[in-house]
Amino acid sequence: METVGTLPPQLLRMILSAVVVIAFVFMNGLLLGYLERKLAGRFQLRPGPMEVGPQGMLQMVADAVKLIGKQFIIPRQSSTTLFRLAPFLAFVPVGVSFIVIPLSSKLQVLDLDMGLIFIIAVMAFNMVATLVAGWVSNNKYALFGAVRSVAQGVAYEIPMLLSLVTVVLLTHSFSMRAMVLSQSHIWHVFMQPVAFVIYFIAGLAETHRAPFDLPEAESELTAGFHTEFSGICFSFFFLAEYTNMFFVCSIAVTLFLGGWSGPPLPWMEYSGAIWFMLKVYVLLFIMIWIRWTFPRVRFDQLLNFCWKYLTPIALLNLLITALVVKL
Amino acid sequence: MTTNNGNEKRQGFYLNMGPQHPSTHGVLRVLLEMDGEYVLEAEPVLGYGHRIQEKMGESRPWKGFMPNTSRLDYVGALICTHGYIGLIERMTGIEAPLRAEYIRVITSELNRISSHLLWLGAFLLDLGAFTPIMYTFDDREQILDILEDVTGSRLTYCYFRVGGVNRDIDATFIAKTRAFIERLRSRFRIYHDLVTTNIIFIKRVQDIVHLTPDMAMRYGITGPLLRSTGVGYDIRKSEPYSVYADFDFEVPVGTSGDCLEVYLVRLEEMEQSLRIIEQALDRLPDGPHLAKTPKKLPLPQGDASFSVEAARGEFTYYLVSDGSEVPYRLKIRSPCFSNLSILPELCRDMLLSDLVMVLGTLDLVIPEIDR
Repeated sequence: METVGTLPPQLLRMILSAVVVIAFVFMNGLLLGYLERKLAGRFQLRPGPMEVGPQGMLQMVADAVKLIGKQFIIPRQSSTTLFRLAPFLAFVPVGVSFIVIPLSSKLQVLDLDMGLIFIIAVMAFNMVATLVAGWVSNNKYALFGAVRSVAQGVAYEIPMLLSLVTVVLLTHSFSMRAMVLSQSHIWHVFMQPVAFVIYFIAGLAETHRAPFDLPEAESELTAGFHTEFSGICFSFFFLAEYTNMFFVCSIAVTLFLGGWSGPPLPWMEYSGAIWFMLKVYVLLFIMIWIRWTFPRVRFDQLLNFCWKYLTPIALLNLLITALVVKL
Repeated sequence: MTTNNGNEKRQGFYLNMGPQHPSTHGVLRVLLEMDGEYVLEAEPVLGYGHRIQEKMGESRPWKGFMPNTSRLDYVGALICTHGYIGLIERMTGIEAPLRAEYIRVITSELNRISSHLLWLGAFLLDLGAFTPIMYTFDDREQILDILEDVTGSRLTYCYFRVGGVNRDIDATFIAKTRAFIERLRSRFRIYHDLVTTNIIFIKRVQDIVHLTPDMAMRYGITGPLLRSTGVGYDIRKSEPYSVYADFDFEVPVGTSGDCLEVYLVRLEEMEQSLRIIEQALDRLPDGPHLAKTPKKLPLPQGDASFSVEAARGEFTYYLVSDGSEVPYRLKIRSPCFSNLSILPELCRDMLLSDLVMVLGTLDLVIPEIDR
């Protein structure tokens, strides 16, 4: 009691949140990894992982243990410091951006006034990590992956932001909590279907998911920017990717799909969080579905699609929304 | 190094693609000179899987080389063996019974379909779609099961004999094959729905390269690649071997010679193979499956050649004999070697992703190039 008493409540809250967030990020990585492999199996006429645990549920745990136990190889003639730093650069921002996500009406670490801008800014940091990883690997394939990643990230950030701004025009706020509250009558996805679709496509590109998985296109670039990373450092990139997917989907849910709102469930207290998670995982399922269905686009097609179609449509959509809101 | 591109000289850097690379399909190494993501020059480097197959054929009795023939093009091994057996039969004058010829055609065509199915999956894998290969492998597995029942092995068959085939086919084989034909036809609908009409797929493969008949003939390209340019050259039609002349089938040809046409030609070829198999099963004659041949069979002095239409093109054996059982000289002409040689010309000034796609279109089996 005394120790708790001496700690300022704000600090205690921060520490607790950090622990919960990190635990959640890892659990989400494990769950999503399992889900992806199991679903990929379903799409491909095979059962997926079956050996470790019932229905192969512990497969990801076994893989994590294997990856942690592996030797970490640093290529000769590469910058050791940066090479060690790169996985953390990829991993830390996704953990940080968690603090503004409202899981339910009471379950949110901190409701910033600038929540949306904060989350977008921190997520863009992922690109820096990819560039560093590709650059210090001293490998041409990795460099290709990094360059592709940056070009793709910069291009797709624009339609993504434009589509999000339309929602901001409707809610008059950047706070994630206000976004959810403003959807008590009608979800924004029904008012802004175009923005939602554009956001989701840009989100796929942002998280390097197929058909936009060019930075790690295995048939062209072996493994792209993380070719040289082994063991635990590889798994950090892996975790970062899955957590990024989670964020892209949870932003979509918060801004377009009503956040935690939904019919009350028997577990009243938690029904908000359950609805939120349910919606996020439905979107994640669609992401996985797309990945295992479509071939990969080519690099110039990817950029053309962004600059010639997505950005103009997003701009037009923003213009129309602005006019309607003003009138 | 600098290359001439128009009048301006561009400075490139080298990128080694292979020998260990996911999309070179074996131990092929392509030395690329790149400018950013653009390929300035592509140079295939061979020899990582060389096994002196021709010399092996020249240093033992011809019978001993028979199993080796299925290790050349291991994806379409039966057709490969067919060429060698056909050559020996042509030299010694032994004729296989009609039933054996029909069995050869049925199994060869099944093997051709399995080879094309493998290509289809691998090609789409090169384009970044992971799922189709599981479907095509599922189909291919059925063929391997059918062939395993009759030949005893799943990949490197040694089934054809001089004067017939090793084992007769039975009613179970026929029933299984007929069921498979039904099944594959329904699967083609899935492939057409999910792949042929997919906008990303079409954008990736259409109009990237244009193979002209002139170019194809300069490099000696055969098989579906040549046919996609509009030249209807198929050994099964132009100089029919075995009993191919008895069957009613078409040789699908394309028009523009781009990768989409190659894809369509290969898909249509599978359909035509199914037609051949159906006809052969309907008209399967009775009789022995293996003619009586003497134990020791020296090859008469002289030379002969025999060509078959393998899954990737014209497969030719040329043999010079000095009258003994051991061939004096054995020359193998494999289609992939010629098909690969066009890569430098096709892939000049194209994106790396397209190079991977074109490499997939060529349908290379490296052990057949590196003999």
